[in-house]
Amino acid sequence: MSAKIVTITSGKGGVGKTTAVANIAVALATNGAKVCCIDGDIGLRNLDVIMGLENRIVYDIVDVIEGRCRLRQAMIRDKRLPELFLIPAAQTRDKTAVSPSDMVRLADELRGEVDWVLIDSPAGIERGFRNTIAPADDILIITNPEVSAVRDADRVIGLIEAEEKNKPSLIINRINPVMIKAHDMLSAEDVLDLLAIPLIGIVPEDENVIVSANRGSPIVLNSKSIAGMAFRNIAQRLEGQEVPYLDLDNHGGLWNRIQRIAGKN
Amino acid sequence: MDEQTIPIQIKGLRDGLLISIGDGEWATLEPALFEYIDSQDSFFRGARIALDVGAQKLKVNDLVSLRDKLSEHEISLWAVMSESALTEKTAQLLGLATRISKPRPEQLNQFSVDGHNNETALFLDRTLRSGMRIEYPGHIVVTGDVNPGAEIIAEGNVLVWGRVRGMIHAGAKGDNSAYICALALAPTHLRIAEVVSGKLKKGENQTPVIVKISKDGKLKFVPWQPE
Repeated sequence: MSAKIVTITSGKGGVGKTTAVANIAVALATNGAKVCCIDGDIGLRNLDVIMGLENRIVYDIVDVIEGRCRLRQAMIRDKRLPELFLIPAAQTRDKTAVSPSDMVRLADELRGEVDWVLIDSPAGIERGFRNTIAPADDILIITNPEVSAVRDADRVIGLIEAEEKNKPSLIINRINPVMIKAHDMLSAEDVLDLLAIPLIGIVPEDENVIVSANRGSPIVLNSKSIAGMAFRNIAQRLEGQEVPYLDLDNHGGLWNRIQRIAGKN
Repeated sequence: MDEQTIPIQIKGLRDGLLISIGDGEWATLEPALFEYIDSQDSFFRGARIALDVGAQKLKVNDLVSLRDKLSEHEISLWAVMSESALTEKTAQLLGLATRISKPRPEQLNQFSVDGHNNETALFLDRTLRSGMRIEYPGHIVVTGDVNPGAEIIAEGNVLVWGRVRGMIHAGAKGDNSAYICALALAPTHLRIAEVVSGKLKKGENQTPVIVKISKDGKLKFVPWQPE
């Protein structure tokens, strides 16, 4: 077993990095892969909450790195999926507790244990970002269709190019077809045109994402949610499958159908 | 320890040399390194080196003295890589790089050119993304886009074979005859010598355009026409 190490980053905060990590990890694990998520946001730990594993934390990533526990001891098993694990961040430390080479060593140790390692990057382009980028085989950039988020994504892509990493792929999160039609929001084409990197997913805006995050139950577990479907598609594309993009703005298309179904329930 | 058994490896990088030092006591490794450097003095003179010290734990004093001794040999130390968090931290404290990567585009401004009268140009075959700043004492030619948040500052002309959405300053040292050309232009800010562009309307200049200073001292946007 040799895991692929994928880091999800954005530059800007609040665009959905942590949500994406949790959902893609759950989707991969549902497909039968063995997955370990790492929360790289040391000091601002969130991934455990979104995955609903907060009350199971005993050891964290800094404990592993500083040798207070073994790697296996810090891997929290998911309560729903036995093949899904989380290595939480330390809440009482900061980014300097870990160095890029620590992360590379940790990730290499995990390579033999699982199929996928997904790393949640903190916002910003400083130490925490560098820590999470260092071990990555592949990098997913997540952005919202907003000018400021796209500009930060562009900056991050520039930094990743300078590190001579593989070309990152793009997730556009929180697309709202109604606002795009009214020309109140950048379209996926506008974003892709500027960033010029390959697309791996478009996730529509969906209120249920917030509800599910608060409940600690990632949206991909909700088979009726279109955002959940978009994350499942991203997981399949990561696995190398060709999956068509969801039709988000065609009237009578899937988007409307899903909305109708959701409305009836 | 005898000199022969000390594992010192030298590798050429694009922008200098990478010296990897194996395990052992730093107290013996450091003199061995200098013995090696002394034996090949002319090869190392003026070199820019990155040092990989493995798991070696080095404190500020160690690195400072190393850097100073190297500079006595006219060697500049720019990076120290280590598996040890302590050494990495020390290197960062001293402002040394701890990873080797491409030189940042900012460093491109170290070319020594005598103004742009000698008509040298810097060719950049890439898209310039947010946060990149390119300064050059001659002309700049970009094949790719200039994204919002990127900055180009040239003493000569700026040609962009792509779309411009960032900041461009041509004739930065006051050359009023400098010009800017682009395939499409929607910049945040354009400047030639001391003249700054007014607000550019969205959707304008989507075809190739040349920007110059006109007789009335304002920036003039002229659509490019093949003759």
